[in-house]
Amino acid sequence: MNEILPFLKKLISSSGLSGNEAPVREMISEHWQPIADEVSVSRLGSLHALKRGTLPEPRPSLLIAAHMDAIGMMVTSVVGEFLHIAEVGGIDARVLPGQLVIVHGRKELPGVIAQPPAHLLPPEERNGPVALSNLLVDTGLTAPEVARLVRAGDLVSFAQSPIELSKDTLAGHTLDNRASVAALTTCLQLLQKRLLDWDLWAVASSQEEETLGGAATSAFQLRPSLAVAVDVTFGSGPGTPSHRAYELGNGVILCMGPNIHPALHKTFKELADRLEIPYKVEVTGPHSGTDAYAMQVAADGIPTMLIGIPLRYMHTPVEVVSLKDITRTGRLLAEFAASLDAEFMNKLAWE
Amino acid sequence: MNNVPTIANVQMKLLERLTNACAVSGDENEVRQIVLDQIRPIVDEARVDALGNVLATKRGQGENRLRVLLAAHMDEVGFIITHNDDSSFFRFETVGGIDARYLAGKPVLVGKEHIPGVIGAKPVHLTSSDERRQSITVDALRIDVGPGNGSKVKTGDRATFATSFTRLGPSLRAKALDDRLGVATLIELVRHAPANIDLLAAFTVQEEVGLRGAGVAAYAFDPDLAIILDSTPAHDLPAWDASENTRYNTRLGAGPAIYVADRGTLYDTRLVRHLVETAEAGGIPYQIRQPGGGGTDAGAVHKQRAGIPSVSVSVPGRYPHTPAGVARLSDWKNTLALVHAALARLEPRLLSPDDKS
Repeated sequence: MNEILPFLKKLISSSGLSGNEAPVREMISEHWQPIADEVSVSRLGSLHALKRGTLPEPRPSLLIAAHMDAIGMMVTSVVGEFLHIAEVGGIDARVLPGQLVIVHGRKELPGVIAQPPAHLLPPEERNGPVALSNLLVDTGLTAPEVARLVRAGDLVSFAQSPIELSKDTLAGHTLDNRASVAALTTCLQLLQKRLLDWDLWAVASSQEEETLGGAATSAFQLRPSLAVAVDVTFGSGPGTPSHRAYELGNGVILCMGPNIHPALHKTFKELADRLEIPYKVEVTGPHSGTDAYAMQVAADGIPTMLIGIPLRYMHTPVEVVSLKDITRTGRLLAEFAASLDAEFMNKLAWE
Repeated sequence: MNNVPTIANVQMKLLERLTNACAVSGDENEVRQIVLDQIRPIVDEARVDALGNVLATKRGQGENRLRVLLAAHMDEVGFIITHNDDSSFFRFETVGGIDARYLAGKPVLVGKEHIPGVIGAKPVHLTSSDERRQSITVDALRIDVGPGNGSKVKTGDRATFATSFTRLGPSLRAKALDDRLGVATLIELVRHAPANIDLLAAFTVQEEVGLRGAGVAAYAFDPDLAIILDSTPAHDLPAWDASENTRYNTRLGAGPAIYVADRGTLYDTRLVRHLVETAEAGGIPYQIRQPGGGGTDAGAVHKQRAGIPSVSVSVPGRYPHTPAGVARLSDWKNTLALVHAALARLEPRLLSPDDKS
């Protein structure tokens, strides 16, 4: 558990907005190379790591995907010393005023998101929430410096440093979904000295927050026999309806719903029971809003499972996650990969 | 000791310590300790009064010295814990003027031990578009210190935004620049006090909740005149419809802001003129803060006893009372230079009845 903390802090401190994942991809790649047989990058920027199985070819394969892209913002125009921005991924603009950011211009420029004074806003926004299009980024630089260093299309990422909140919890931005990347890394580490029957593809997928484009194309390219998506789910907290949220530190979330193969869900439940890994079941709607959907419908269809890690305050720069939940998820994934044998696909029959 | 003050690395480090310290109105102890450590070795007298103000005297030399009160407030806006809802979730109220639209999604530090916490927000995925058209009220927010840490926080603890001081090119980004810029400036002025005056330094408490410390400090010192050092809002941002922004209050980079009138004070015209003349004689940039609302400790000081001629000089700062303000280093330097030069030129006849206008 203690091992995961420094890695997770490093993960959320690496930038990688949707479609621009290179910095975090390189960082993950460095960590995966020593614990995988080969590592490569897909056409749309997902990171693929293969741990080869031992069954004769053609060998069945398991793909586990955790998206690595982050939500953030992008410069739309420069007005004197200030920048207008648009969102990358889904952001509630009401959490933005006063946020610390980094503008990725010709160099990295620290800044802050400003809510202009009332008299500089349209009348309907003077007292209520200010639309993202009327918020500004201030880098503290003079207008000529801004003109030289920043242009439309430059990325703006959250700069909130990781906060060790309590013994088992970390707060910060982009824990959605770097927490799951950490779980997938734990899975690879646990399997390092074990032989698998199946091939295992660990995928840090790109572009999930915008289009699910990374997981969809990786699943097509790698054509796994089974796919598992790992993503964060709602952690219980103020304002979050209790029937939609899960306590931090109380275990892994096993999802079920139209995106998930029922027999696969059942297999995970039985495995968790056997391993005494605590879990809760979440029923996801018609579209889980995750990589599970994109992988389920890839090529001629892939039996897919979705595992969740509870996270408070999703899509804010102060998301909170339990480290215990991450390591448990990693262990469950590893044990699942190790349990797959030549007969497994036959067990996956429809009722 | 060089008698002309400047802002170098040492002063910058001190401002960093001062802004990172937590001192919500009524609980100014952390800043008071830094101030006392800095000034005790260099003043003739220093004491902490009944409300918690630091009152220090640095006497000059020669005849007919004016007794000049210089005041800067130590307190900052913040939060006070009012109730423990559940293991790690705490209700709170704001202390001082905080726009609730700045709270969601911010880290905070709670209590004397600086326990880290976050003010979360409902995930955007679970909000309706109607909901997103309403501001999030303080009532709906909680400070979350993380599972297992609830016992480290108690009702009555103060909390502040958790922003650390950073340089942004020619600017500075920090919480509580209002008024740690004034506090840091006043410390330098005490260190380099001109000999023609008795410098009466008041590091005041509870400015943000009603100028409470400054009133009693002015009473105690009974000075001939007062100069209030504060940080005033710079509203120098573009308007949404690209119309001219004629209500900028002050502008970053345009120099120290001299007050003429605000909601609480009509500033002494002789002192305003003295500052303007000093700036022009010394080639120091300055600006007149646009007359209007707002106020400084002068509101409490100038009506104290039989009246105390007062003026305010402020370092312009964007986004005061939010997690992260932005100020320009050159404005701070020029504020220090202007006030120091103005003090050195002070003569008793300045306060003779103003019949020039």
